[in-house]
Amino acid sequence: MSTWHEYLMGGKPVPPWPYPVRYGEEQELTTDVLICGGGIAGSHAAISARKAGAKVLVVEKTASKWSGNGGAGVDHWLSACTNPCSRVGPEEYTERVLTDCGGYDCGPLRYVVARESWDALLDCEALGVRIRDEKSEFEGADFRESETGLLFAYDYQNRCELRVWGHNMKPALHGGMRKLGVDLLDRVMITSFLTEGEGNSRRVTGATGLDTRTGGFYIIRAKAVILATGLPGRMWNFSTEYRSTFRDPNCTGEGVAAAWKAGVEFARLEESHQDSGTMAYISYGVGNAHNTWHGCPIVDANGKEVPWVDRDGNELGSIGERFTPAEGQRFMLGDGLRVPQSYENQTKKLSPDLPERIRKGEFVLPLFADLTRMPERERRAIFGLMVGNEGRTRVPVYETLTKAGFDPDIDMLQVPIMDPSSYGHSNFWSGVGAPQWRMWGGGGVVVDWDLRTNLECLYAAGGAIFGAGAHSSAAASGRYAGRKAAEHASGSSLSKVDATQAAREKARIYAPLSPQGRTLGWKEFNAGIGRVMQSCCGQYKSEGGLLEGLRILAEVREAEAGSVGAANPHELMHAVECLAMLDVGEAVLHASLARKASSDYLDFQRIDYPEVDPPEWQNLRPIRLGASGPEIRDLPFDYHLRPPFMPSLKENYEAHCGLPLKG
Amino acid sequence: MSETLMLPNPPVPNRAVDFNPDLCNGCNLCVGICRSDVLMPNPEQGKPPIVLYPDECWYCGCCVLECRKPGAIALLHPMNQSVSVVWKRKATGIHYRLGMKQPPAPNGRPPSS
Repeated sequence: MSTWHEYLMGGKPVPPWPYPVRYGEEQELTTDVLICGGGIAGSHAAISARKAGAKVLVVEKTASKWSGNGGAGVDHWLSACTNPCSRVGPEEYTERVLTDCGGYDCGPLRYVVARESWDALLDCEALGVRIRDEKSEFEGADFRESETGLLFAYDYQNRCELRVWGHNMKPALHGGMRKLGVDLLDRVMITSFLTEGEGNSRRVTGATGLDTRTGGFYIIRAKAVILATGLPGRMWNFSTEYRSTFRDPNCTGEGVAAAWKAGVEFARLEESHQDSGTMAYISYGVGNAHNTWHGCPIVDANGKEVPWVDRDGNELGSIGERFTPAEGQRFMLGDGLRVPQSYENQTKKLSPDLPERIRKGEFVLPLFADLTRMPERERRAIFGLMVGNEGRTRVPVYETLTKAGFDPDIDMLQVPIMDPSSYGHSNFWSGVGAPQWRMWGGGGVVVDWDLRTNLECLYAAGGAIFGAGAHSSAAASGRYAGRKAAEHASGSSLSKVDATQAAREKARIYAPLSPQGRTLGWKEFNAGIGRVMQSCCGQYKSEGGLLEGLRILAEVREAEAGSVGAANPHELMHAVECLAMLDVGEAVLHASLARKASSDYLDFQRIDYPEVDPPEWQNLRPIRLGASGPEIRDLPFDYHLRPPFMPSLKENYEAHCGLPLKG
Repeated sequence: MSETLMLPNPPVPNRAVDFNPDLCNGCNLCVGICRSDVLMPNPEQGKPPIVLYPDECWYCGCCVLECRKPGAIALLHPMNQSVSVVWKRKATGIHYRLGMKQPPAPNGRPPSS
């Protein structure tokens, strides 16, 4: 007996809410550094700020031991340019990344990560995460370096992307935070930032929070605040029955909404990507050759192998060549970095003409991932090390499949049977979506070389910053932002709470306890907002559609939003998430209206402005909510190398990083 | 037979995780860490949690990793996923599937740790 239905059918009454209900009861907390979001970025930020001597409070919406989009594990550690085996320096690496992102990426974030990703991994190792093959399980493999025991991924020659045993990453960080005396406030979602001052002198003085189990209200005062709440999900594609999505459905954008309403500046909000949502298959749990499964042979129903090719389309003769750069290629970047593939950076891949060759009958469906064709150590690296430590694979894939009898030594895992066009990329588990189904792109806050936002006292880390993604990026940027926030906090004092702001916020977030008219549940409301975004801000955008989206969202705010109801604190949390989606949706629509050109890099298609990345639109268009509506400006791609900053990545980093420099 | 009650349809997925009442001691460690608060403590102490919100499960498997009683919690992919998890034994050409009636013997090799 496990489900609610079974419980009731056993003759028991409907159980009361299991936690004390404390709607509106206020608790005030103070700290030096407040970290909003206790995922990977927030945890590293907390550890780093605490080590720098600050009193630290992490406010986490769920449970910090395993929470966050990266909390369920990690197999690749990317951008580890300073590891002792790396053959790519942080400057060369970052310049490649920024160039291949078309310039639309965050220079300070990418460079900080290239400099500190390896150090962040060493921090994890000290907390008990295994990063070396001391047991010699992979001895003799091409991807293993014997002196350090490090294992490499994607590019075995250049060695800046590593393979790690990160299934216990989050419990290790959690243990580290507790040991250092970081205060953890679990099951509390941040709902707004408290601010003082106006215009350019506005500063963040704290935040308000809602306890997701009791409904209690928190007012938190802090000397410095870090936004580490990750990427909003559920904005376009919300199934009323989740059935598993690639991104953690708890990341819904209340951090983004809080920052937006406080006047924080964002970039790349107009970007979104194709999403198959709940039509996707189990991540890494069906036949594929992507990311964690990179390099796996794919064969057709008759056992005929699909060729792998290099950047010039030359077929590769051996499995080893899948992991070495092409002739004349400096290095390959691999998957998971959120960098578009370029001629210079691209990884070896399955022949991209596979869809046509399937249509012609050259390859017969179903396809299979045939690990048996790989050398034992490569096979074990994929199904054992990578699937076994990546987020949502240890139990959902490795344990589930092996218990059901799957054996990678003798079995082939079937690739889902889909429209032939779906086989153009080896990420076969992502399935097939619809053009109106989108997911959040690289939108996030604009930061300077302190990873500080435009508001004094507010820093950012991980997915909250525009551009980059990935676990190691969250870790390294958290590590850096934590240091900078602690440094700021050491020289400032706490502000008084603006009682009007707190009262206004309280009225807003508890409104679903007394809904107006016919009560609307949070799921229907979420799906409704998603439908507006699908219709008005799907793959193909236009002035008319975007304006109509703004009009409908404004109307929804007046009408349905007042009817959203909540029967318990859990539903209240979801209702407040959905109210935040109205703010986030409006920000995205405004940002989309502000870019009157299409962009390949931003996966942004305006049917009324079809020209792709024209020179005059090759810039960032940061947007913030001002006193009388959205304010937009032009920001050059290399803003981080122009005054008041210095002209090179290295000089800026060294002037700002707050670390004693070696050599 | 239990009384016939007026109930809404079961949510989809129906259970997401399943507890073995013979192994679960109702310690609620899983309830404490579930990111989506899918699980609620059983009003009866010592009994397995109630899967109240299976429709919110992310299938991260952290409840299983957190559990101190091996086998007490099983993660169950919904049927719209398990029907696509198919493998073929090379030597025999036999197809197997997650959720099939007569599955092959388990492969006991643990993941690399």
